[in-house]
Amino acid sequence: MVTETSTPDLAAVRSEPTTIKDTPGYRAFRVANLVALLIVCAVTLYPFVNLVAKAFSSEGFISAGEVNLLPRGFNVETFEVVMADSMFWINYKNTVVYTVVGTFISMALTTPYAYALSRQHLKGRSFFIGIAVFTMFFSGGLIPNYILVADVLNMRNTLWAIVLPGAISVFNLLVMKSFFENFPTELEEAAAIDGLTTYGVFFRIVLPLSKAVLATMTLFYAVSLWNSWFSSFLYLDQKELFPVTVYLRNLIAAASSPTAAEGLDTIQVGANIQSVTMLLTVLPIVCFYPFIQRYFVSGVMLGSVKG
Amino acid sequence: MAQGAGTVATVPLSDDAPPSPPPRDEPRPVRRARTTWRQALRKDWRLYSFVVLPVLFFLAFKYVPMIGNVIAFRRFRPGSNPLGDEWVGFYYFEMFIHNQQFWQVFWNTAILGLLTLAICFPLPIVLALMLNELRSRRFKKIVQTISYLPHFMSIVIVAGLVLQLTAVSGTVNQVVEAFGGDAIAFMQQPDWFRTIYVSSEVWQTVGWGTILYLAALTTIDDQLYEASRIDGANRWQQTWHITLPGIRPTMMVLLILNIGSFMAVGFEKVLLLQNPLIYSTADVISTYLYRVGIQSAQFSYGTAIGLFEAIIGLVLVLSANYASRRMVGASLW
Repeated sequence: MVTETSTPDLAAVRSEPTTIKDTPGYRAFRVANLVALLIVCAVTLYPFVNLVAKAFSSEGFISAGEVNLLPRGFNVETFEVVMADSMFWINYKNTVVYTVVGTFISMALTTPYAYALSRQHLKGRSFFIGIAVFTMFFSGGLIPNYILVADVLNMRNTLWAIVLPGAISVFNLLVMKSFFENFPTELEEAAAIDGLTTYGVFFRIVLPLSKAVLATMTLFYAVSLWNSWFSSFLYLDQKELFPVTVYLRNLIAAASSPTAAEGLDTIQVGANIQSVTMLLTVLPIVCFYPFIQRYFVSGVMLGSVKG
Repeated sequence: MAQGAGTVATVPLSDDAPPSPPPRDEPRPVRRARTTWRQALRKDWRLYSFVVLPVLFFLAFKYVPMIGNVIAFRRFRPGSNPLGDEWVGFYYFEMFIHNQQFWQVFWNTAILGLLTLAICFPLPIVLALMLNELRSRRFKKIVQTISYLPHFMSIVIVAGLVLQLTAVSGTVNQVVEAFGGDAIAFMQQPDWFRTIYVSSEVWQTVGWGTILYLAALTTIDDQLYEASRIDGANRWQQTWHITLPGIRPTMMVLLILNIGSFMAVGFEKVLLLQNPLIYSTADVISTYLYRVGIQSAQFSYGTAIGLFEAIIGLVLVLSANYASRRMVGASLW
């Protein structure tokens, strides 16, 4: 297929001639290297393990500092408490809605633009690329954006404030553009002879042949929307509109503000509640992670093709 | 943008950086003589219809705020003209330049940014080289999968984990106590903030940062290693003389990107981690600007600071790009 973009296999290992024996020094290095990488894995995973352990532990053991790898005072009541909070579910649902709507809008804007920019003969092409790329290096800044969205466009407490201002990621745009550049112009010309217009080519030929890159970009947008919190924090002030990240942020802020806890033990108020909420928030990502990881990796590498 | 970068001779990333799949040169066939806009629009109107909404998006949400920066030079009253009421010149710039607190957050930003750059830039290279020495494909894959995971976490989650681990009853303090020390209230002591911030950055970014280096490593020709072995090079010499030069263009490009963004230290993460007790090290330009600009509604003053920061960022990335083209011939554009 013309559009197949081959990305290198990152898990490939170097082929070594079997005839050459390792020097003792190198053998020692290989052992040390293995141990170091195991430590890297352990350190990376530890916070998650600790989180799970705390989620199933009782508050007493957590504040006594006795929960590390395994739960102490095992219970699932904390889960029941968190899940009984209707606001948690309302906010969780908001996250899903913002993610779905935002991803749809982003894809609907990015895909056609990237395709148009990939057509070499398009007059004004470098201008259209330029206005996008320039925003990577210089931007309006927090306050002008805030005035625009909150005061001028009056989008406060609406979904639009969350999904519109960042709808096109220039990085994703350039990744897609370099992917579409692989489509030969002859394809368009041949299709034109068969009576297809640009729209026909785009919807009937280009999009069906680009499923992999479309999936990748959808995931890029979806994960970043799922994880985002600041624009919601900035533009929403009604509790029932918050996404779950802001719910979580408020929970953590309430627990760790030094004034609330009289200075000494910063995290005392419901560390188990926090852990459960955090766990439930990351769960979808962690569950999908093994399946979506390779799309992300290939997307990053596609992006390196053209700055 | 280009004039700051000197000559126009651009080195496209694809020609230089090995990570790219088959290098695609862009043929620009001189097919037809210059078309006028009228002809182009008539012929390609469908294609132009694709760019209308995105261009409107960029104008509305990216370029209008750039124009909105004029309120740094004008007095702005909420509810009145969104572009400010009257010119005040550099009043707001002088205001922050003579403000002690601004210089404190400025230096905090620079120190935090430099620390992050100095530590988070080289570590992915080291990790990639370590992975490169593995001989078991399966083990390599497992390490990669695990080390990429933190990249997918929301900053809110990362901040929550950091606060839990560094709490008085948290794991870090248990380790401290196991070695006979006294528990430390990490998030209340300004001295600890930088260490904690940079460590959390390392945790979150180093694994993911290896991807481009690993991609570059796959493009190094095996014959080079073979030839060097015949010449008697040991593993270390192979790494030094073949592997590192092979990934140098990738290193340079990533270094430019990192330098360009070093003053923009993770605003959201700092905002989530900081508290008034540790402002003396944990307050950075962007969080200060958020507090005075939005929370205290000093819009013009905040915009002036934001503009100052954005210009520093632009100058940094342009100079880094220029320097890298001069020294190693690799650049972003």
